[in-house]
Amino acid sequence: MDLTRLTAHELTDAFRAGTVTPSAVAEAYLARIAALDGKVRAYLTVTADLARRAAAASDARYRAGTPLGPLDGVPISYKDVLSTRGVRTTCGSKILEHWVPPFDATVVTRLGAAGVVPLGKSNMDEFAMGSSTEHSAFQLTANPWDLARVPGGSSGGPAAAVAGDLATISLGTDTGGSIRQPGAFCGVVGLKPTYGRVSRYGLVAFASSLDQIGPFAKDVHDAALVLRAIAGVDPADATSVDEPVPDYAAALRQDVRGLRVGVLECAADGMDPDVVRAVREAIDVLKSLGATTQPVTLPTADYGLAAYYIIAPAEASSNLARYDGVKYGLRTPGKDLIDMESRTRAAGFGAEVKRRIMLGTYALSAGYYDAYYGKAQKVRTLIRRDFEAAFEKVDVIVGPTTPGVAFKHGEKEDPLAMYLNDIFTVPANLSGNPGVSVPCGFSANGLPIGLHVVGRAFDEATMLRVAYAYEQATSWRARRPELV
Amino acid sequence: MIERKDVEHVARLARLALTDAELEKMRDQLNGILAYIEKLNALETEGVEPTSHAVPLVNVMRDDEPGPCLPRDEALANAPERAGEFFRVPRIIED
Repeated sequence: MDLTRLTAHELTDAFRAGTVTPSAVAEAYLARIAALDGKVRAYLTVTADLARRAAAASDARYRAGTPLGPLDGVPISYKDVLSTRGVRTTCGSKILEHWVPPFDATVVTRLGAAGVVPLGKSNMDEFAMGSSTEHSAFQLTANPWDLARVPGGSSGGPAAAVAGDLATISLGTDTGGSIRQPGAFCGVVGLKPTYGRVSRYGLVAFASSLDQIGPFAKDVHDAALVLRAIAGVDPADATSVDEPVPDYAAALRQDVRGLRVGVLECAADGMDPDVVRAVREAIDVLKSLGATTQPVTLPTADYGLAAYYIIAPAEASSNLARYDGVKYGLRTPGKDLIDMESRTRAAGFGAEVKRRIMLGTYALSAGYYDAYYGKAQKVRTLIRRDFEAAFEKVDVIVGPTTPGVAFKHGEKEDPLAMYLNDIFTVPANLSGNPGVSVPCGFSANGLPIGLHVVGRAFDEATMLRVAYAYEQATSWRARRPELV
Repeated sequence: MIERKDVEHVARLARLALTDAELEKMRDQLNGILAYIEKLNALETEGVEPTSHAVPLVNVMRDDEPGPCLPRDEALANAPERAGEFFRVPRIIED
């Protein structure tokens, strides 16, 4: 039995049956990371000591017959944008290279209380700005399906970790598609919850009106278990919403009879025909499972990307003002305070982060606010109305997660070409709706393709039910990348 | 079109000491991105309320009761430079 291939629910079944221990699984992962992460480069920091200590405590709980729940003893990787007390948290940036948070993010606290085993911190585009993880200041991460290709981004490290069996589950963040797009590129499940569903306390902020934390998993069942563990209101995050958190795993069903599936007509320049075919076949599977389908349109969604590239950089330019060389992070000396700040930020930020700070500062500067930020916020309202109108007729909306499959390192040098990767994922960030990418096949050259399922706000349960029914009716998960 | 002097002005506002080459490249790239963003002007938005937030939450309040906060030494532990109980910064006020 290859322990690193098992899902979280398969692992905890085995722990309860006593056929394997959390420590044995943790050791299997640490050995695999030592042997293979040199190829994938998913991890920035491996926390072997913390993992062994957590696994030993989990061993004892299973021995005593008192496990904490369905994730006790399950190995996890955290995107390096999530604060971990006593463990450096870099955000993929030189400016935070040596930052050691004095607190845990709420999601880290909650999963710790659920008994997970933390393997380490995984790579990302600097400050979560990017779609390939190539903007990390530290290393390029490889796609486990083809090491010459990107894992997607910005959560490329956590996605590659799960795809490469270097973690059972992981947490990423999604501001414009940064969980769903790498989920699609790496052939794993990637879930962005509804805005407000999961506390962002301890998440290093990028664009506060869009950021959400969510899981990567080897299957939909695992994603449901992790969402249940991290969701719910938190007094430390005033934007978290006090909505009941259902038992998502218990709500999974193998049929979708009676559900109304809206099919989004997705057109984009350079759309990969393999993606079009795989998504069409996935919709046929949903029909065969008893769902009714109808075409839906989101007329304003085509403008989503343009609105996003005003709103996200504007909020980022404000959020990243805190990196001034005073309270934490890098400092580069200067002749006075402003000179010190300007030199620190020039030395500490990479090209993409500088570009977005500049774009955002410009969009918010005197005389331009109404033309850019104000306009983008109004467009955001129109996109929300599009979703509301569509969800009067259907229960979920499906389409491709991305226009194409994983591209090669260095292939998208032009910033705008990179941004276009997010064209299908961005609208759900602007509207706040939950979305999940579930594997739905492979391109002719063997690269994974993702089906994007979007649900009503706070109705992740129905969205997951559709993703689960599809996954159970297909066998894409049987195909695995070979790293050795 | 953004010109070189606009890029320099925005870089000053953003506290980014950019090199000459960076300023030139930034001007071209920002113009490219802004040209794409111009497509928003094709949409009529007269009278549309702006959305600043996906969830309609307003004024989330709590009782004003003191709770535990970060100990001073932990708050200062990551400071590039400190002086006793303070963050140390370059001199701001002239003699």
